[in-house]
Amino acid sequence: MKTRAMKLIKRLAAMVMFAPLMALASGDVALDKAPVSTDPAALQHGAKLFVNYCLNCHGASYLRYNRLKDIGLSEELIKDNLMFTTDKIGEQMKIAMTREEGKLWFGAAPPDLTLIARSRAPSMSYSGADWLYTYLRSFYRDPARPTGWNNTVFENVGMPHVLWELQGDQVAHIEEQDDGHGGKVKHVSLSLDKPGTLSVEDYDKSVADLVSFMVWMGEPVAEKRKSIGVFVLIFLAGLFVLSYALKKNFWKDIH
Amino acid sequence: MLVIQIVTGIFLVMHYKPDASLNDAGVPVAFAAVEYIMRDVPGGWLIRYLHSTGASAFFVVVYLHMFRGLLYGSYRKPRELIWLFGVAIFLALMAEAFMGYLLPWGQMSFWGAQVIVNLFSAIPIIGPDLSIVIRGDFVVSDATLNRFFSFHVIAVPLVLIGLVVAHIVALHEVGSNNPDGVEIKKKKDANGIPLDGIPFHPYYSVKDMVGVVGFLIVFSAVLFFAPEGGGYFLEFNNFIPADPLKTPPHIAPVWYFTPFYSILRAVTYPLFGLDAKFWGVVAMGAAVLIFAALPWLDRSPVKSIRYKGPIFKTALVIFVICFCILGYLGVQPPDNGGIKDRTAQICSVLYFAFFLLMPWYSKMDSCKPEPERVTS
Repeated sequence: MKTRAMKLIKRLAAMVMFAPLMALASGDVALDKAPVSTDPAALQHGAKLFVNYCLNCHGASYLRYNRLKDIGLSEELIKDNLMFTTDKIGEQMKIAMTREEGKLWFGAAPPDLTLIARSRAPSMSYSGADWLYTYLRSFYRDPARPTGWNNTVFENVGMPHVLWELQGDQVAHIEEQDDGHGGKVKHVSLSLDKPGTLSVEDYDKSVADLVSFMVWMGEPVAEKRKSIGVFVLIFLAGLFVLSYALKKNFWKDIH
Repeated sequence: MLVIQIVTGIFLVMHYKPDASLNDAGVPVAFAAVEYIMRDVPGGWLIRYLHSTGASAFFVVVYLHMFRGLLYGSYRKPRELIWLFGVAIFLALMAEAFMGYLLPWGQMSFWGAQVIVNLFSAIPIIGPDLSIVIRGDFVVSDATLNRFFSFHVIAVPLVLIGLVVAHIVALHEVGSNNPDGVEIKKKKDANGIPLDGIPFHPYYSVKDMVGVVGFLIVFSAVLFFAPEGGGYFLEFNNFIPADPLKTPPHIAPVWYFTPFYSILRAVTYPLFGLDAKFWGVVAMGAAVLIFAALPWLDRSPVKSIRYKGPIFKTALVIFVICFCILGYLGVQPPDNGGIKDRTAQICSVLYFAFFLLMPWYSKMDSCKPEPERVTS
C-alpha cells in the first residue's frame, strides 16, 4: 500500500515536471543518488561545465556572475573564462535566445536553470539533484527523435545530449514484459555504444560536479545559512538553560 | 509570531513587486522579486525564510493553542467571547495565509489560488460573479495578485491586530483559565487579590520565556536547516514560476489547510439539486465555523479534561486522530473512491460527530467533582 502510494505520488510529481513535453506516460525510473559536493574545486569545475554546455540555451537569470566569487573564483578568472554573454560582472547569467525562439526550435522553451535543483524534487525520497544526476547520464541515441536523442528519465525530451562528446553514445535496449495486469511494461537498459572523451567514471564525476554547481546555484546562501544556524541554536540552548533556571527560581515559593 | 510576521513582512514589502508581467528573461516580475530578495538583498534570505517558516509556525502555535483550549475547556462560560474572537482570528489567519501564498507567484501559488477562488463559484446564483469579483479577472492574473497583495499587507493584518487586541481585552475581563478549571476571581482576599492567582509578572513572564525560547529552538532548527520543510513549508513546485498554461496534475494546499481541504473533497454526493462541490464547500466552511459553537455544545458540568469522564476523553482523542489523518490525506492525491477517499469520508463524519454529538455525550459522561480551589 505504502509503496503503491509512493509510486503514485512519484508518478504524479513526475507528470508535473514533464507535462509540457510528455507524449507517453513513462514508467518509473529508479534515480541514482547524486554525490553532491560543496567542495570549491568541484563547484568550479561544475561552473565551467555549466557555462560551456548549458548557458547557451538555458539561462540562470537569478544568478549574477560576481556571485561565483562565493565558490572561490576571482573576478579576473570569472571575466576571462566564464563570461561570454556580457562584460559586466554584476550582470545576471542570461542568454541571448528568447523564449519564443526556444519554443520554436526545441518544441518547448528551455527552462531557466537557477532553481532547477530545488524544483525538480520528484518526491520526498529523491532530491532534485538525484533527478538531474540521473537525467544527465540517461541520454541515448534515438533516430526517431528530431534531435537524434532520447532520455529514459525524461521521455521524448526536447533537449539534445549536449554532453555527448564527453559521454559518448549510449543505446537503449528495450524489453517489453507483462505487468501482470494484461498490459506491457517497458524495460529500458542503456549501454555505451561509442565511448566519449571521458571514461565512465570521469563522466559521472563531471556530471556530479555539474549537479553540485546547480544545487549551489539554487541557493547560494545554503552553506552560510547552516553555519549561522549552528551558532543560533547554541545561543538559544544557552538561553533556554538560563530562562529555565530563572523560572525555577521565581516559582520555588509557588506550590 | 504575529510580531515576527509583521516585522519581516515590512522588510519584504520593501523589495517585493506584485507584478505578474514577464521581465526580460521571461520570468514573472513577482517571482523574480522573491529570488532577488533571496540572493541580492543582504540578509534577505533570512527575512524571507523567517516569513515563510513563520507562516507554518504560526499555524502550529495556533493549533496547539486551540488544542489546549479544548483540553481545559477554556471556551466555556464565562470565556465564550474570548473563544469567539479566537475563532475569528483563526479565520482571518487562514485568509491571510492563503492570500500571502499567492505572492511568490510560483506554480502552486497560482493554481492553489485558482482552485480556492473557484470554490466560491459553487455558491448558487451569485457564485460565478462572486469569484470574478474576488479575482478581478476571469482567471487568476495580475489583477488578482495586486488585490491579494493589498489584502495580505494592509487589510487582513489590520483586522488581525484588532481581533488580537479584542481577544486579550476580553481575557482580562474574566482572567485566564487553569488546568483545574477553577474561576480564580471567585475567592479573593481582603485586598481583592484572587487567593488562587499569582501575578502575571514575574511568574508568567519568566515561565513564558522558557516556552518562547523552546519554540525558537524548534523554529530556528527548521529555518536554518530545512527551510523547505521537506516540501511542506515551501512546496517544490513553487520554485517554478506561475504558468497559466500548465496545470499541475496534483494541487495540494499547504499543510495547515489540508484537514479542511480533505473535508471539502470528501463530499461527493449531490443533494437537493445542488452539486457535490457546493456541499463540499459548505462542509469545509462548517468545519471551521463549528468551532465557534463549542461553548454551547459542551454540556459537561466540569471544564477541564482533568475532571471529565472517559467518553469525552475518548471523543477528543478520536477527534485529534481524525484531524491528523485528514491533514495527511489532504496532501495526497485523491484515489477516486479508493481507500484514501473512504478514510477521508469516515474521518470527516467523525470530525463533525465530535461537535454535533457533544451536547449528549458531554452531559451523560461521568465526571469527577471539580475542586473549589486550585490544586497543586
